[in-house]
Amino acid sequence: MAATVHHAQTHADVTRDVVATLGTPGRGYNLMLAAAVSAFLIGAGTFVMLLKDGLGLAGYSPPVMWSVYITTFVFWVGIGHAGTLISAILFLFRSPWRTAVYRATEAMTVFAVMTAGLFPIIHIGRQWFFYWLLPYPNSRWLWPNFKSPLIWDVFAISTYLTVSTTFLVVGLVPDVGAARDKMTGWRKQVYSMFAFGWKGTQHQWRHYTRAYLYLAALATPLVLSVHSVVSWDFAMSIVPGWHGTIFAPYFVAGAIYSGVGMVLTLLIPLRKALKLEHMITEYHFDNLCKLTLLTGSILFYAYAMEYFVAWYSGNTFEQTTFWRRAFGPQWWAGWTMIICNAFVSQLFWFRKVRTNLTALFVISIFINIGMWFERWVIIASSMANDFDPWAWQVPVPTWADWGILLGSFGWFGMYFLLFARTFPVVAIQEIKEMIPMPRKGGAH
Amino acid sequence: MPTRKVPGVLASFVHIDAACDAIRSLQGKGRRDFTVYSAAPNHEIEEALGITNSPVRLFTLFGGLIGCAAGFGMTIWMSRDWPLLVGGKPIAPIPPYVVMAFELTVLIGAFSTVAGMMFLAMRDGTPGLAYDPAFSDDRIGIFVPAGADQAGTLAELLRSAGATEVRHDA
Repeated sequence: MAATVHHAQTHADVTRDVVATLGTPGRGYNLMLAAAVSAFLIGAGTFVMLLKDGLGLAGYSPPVMWSVYITTFVFWVGIGHAGTLISAILFLFRSPWRTAVYRATEAMTVFAVMTAGLFPIIHIGRQWFFYWLLPYPNSRWLWPNFKSPLIWDVFAISTYLTVSTTFLVVGLVPDVGAARDKMTGWRKQVYSMFAFGWKGTQHQWRHYTRAYLYLAALATPLVLSVHSVVSWDFAMSIVPGWHGTIFAPYFVAGAIYSGVGMVLTLLIPLRKALKLEHMITEYHFDNLCKLTLLTGSILFYAYAMEYFVAWYSGNTFEQTTFWRRAFGPQWWAGWTMIICNAFVSQLFWFRKVRTNLTALFVISIFINIGMWFERWVIIASSMANDFDPWAWQVPVPTWADWGILLGSFGWFGMYFLLFARTFPVVAIQEIKEMIPMPRKGGAH
Repeated sequence: MPTRKVPGVLASFVHIDAACDAIRSLQGKGRRDFTVYSAAPNHEIEEALGITNSPVRLFTLFGGLIGCAAGFGMTIWMSRDWPLLVGGKPIAPIPPYVVMAFELTVLIGAFSTVAGMMFLAMRDGTPGLAYDPAFSDDRIGIFVPAGADQAGTLAELLRSAGATEVRHDA
């Protein structure tokens, strides 16, 4: 227990330290926010060009009609998996190490899924008709095709975004109440509004704790289902390299792996910027690394199994696709994916690596790069090497692809940074729950 | 319209066992109408108060069931509303619709859980009770509704249990 709540020994310490993060931001924070907003503006400008000139700018060319945008969509959905895994699944398992990190990861989830949600809209071409995805009939009274995995995906992602946001907001209520009680002036008014009348009475706790438990129970299968449904966007088709029964667990493991990678990328600088080193400690990073090691090893197995199944199937198309992944024109993308995901994660067997924050940060960047490339390899390279060799292509992203990709990082970073300064980024109430209250006579 | 303040005695405790003693003493005097504030849920307080399981689970259950029925109902009805026969496959197959039913089970279940929590917390709570910002920090608070005639006795009871601060809100 001492390891999870390092120097914050009393309830008052916890409130003071976390509420202090809501003060006036420093120069480093402002620079990061400025960088994020600039990146977002580049993305927004690119999107305006796409609206004006169409998807031709993005280098879409048959047979590669799913390229950087769908790759980035799957990448961000994947990033969104670690948050709810840590906040919901580890809550049900009563893992004490989740407490200090779950709020930041949950916020990361919500903003990552918000970012992912932009991509199908960007990708569809006539973006102003995105509402056709909603379940209402067209002009001939024909309803959406619910047998299509693309419609499953719309439901899965919207449900995940809604439930994750609900879970985040519900978790925030007692902490915003605590922040309200430390604020003055207009900020007190604003926090009072978001505290929804929270006072911490026995009636509120009684219903709140049970509701939180049931929300966690509902969110748990959702975490596992969302990336399964995303994987079926591919696996339900017969494209070589996509049509695999292992796709659902393979994608879920990959999603958690990439999500934890992004958690490391965000938390290492954030704890320093917000002076939370005594709350988010080596102990938390050590556990996050173990989770990364587990999911990275599952990925290692899945990669090996994909190649094995391609060979064992005796299917020429499948074998050719996998041969070209490793030795074709985009071999470097295939090997980036394998090295960054399957091999780099194995470094976490060593405790020295798990407790070295500089190494962790560098590795987390490799994980992010590796996981983007995993989706690129699966999506673009499979489409590029379809059944007709005469139509094969080498997909080459254009400036419009890179602009939107950069913009997505800006959009995500902007929301995350604004959140980290506006709401308690560490769960005050749950940390307090772990610190024994003082007893008469000085005992804890 | 401002909420009418409820007159009563508000006590503040540093020690958890003192707060639990106060709760038991109040219950011993036949009081059940008091409110306890704390910065985090605490099992000792829950035990002292004899708190039972929240009925919010029924909201989750019925919300989930409604969502599941809505998921299957929507997909089956929409498929049958304009039947398109493709390759002799069923018009409304169940396996692909499980995805929609699952998503709506979770979605409506989550919404009804939150709605249930808010409804029950508002139903059980009383507006206008005295409160101190220290209760969301590191103190435990107990508010006992009381007129001026009972305030002295209650203040004494709470002090003797270990309250560090007691005040009467008229």
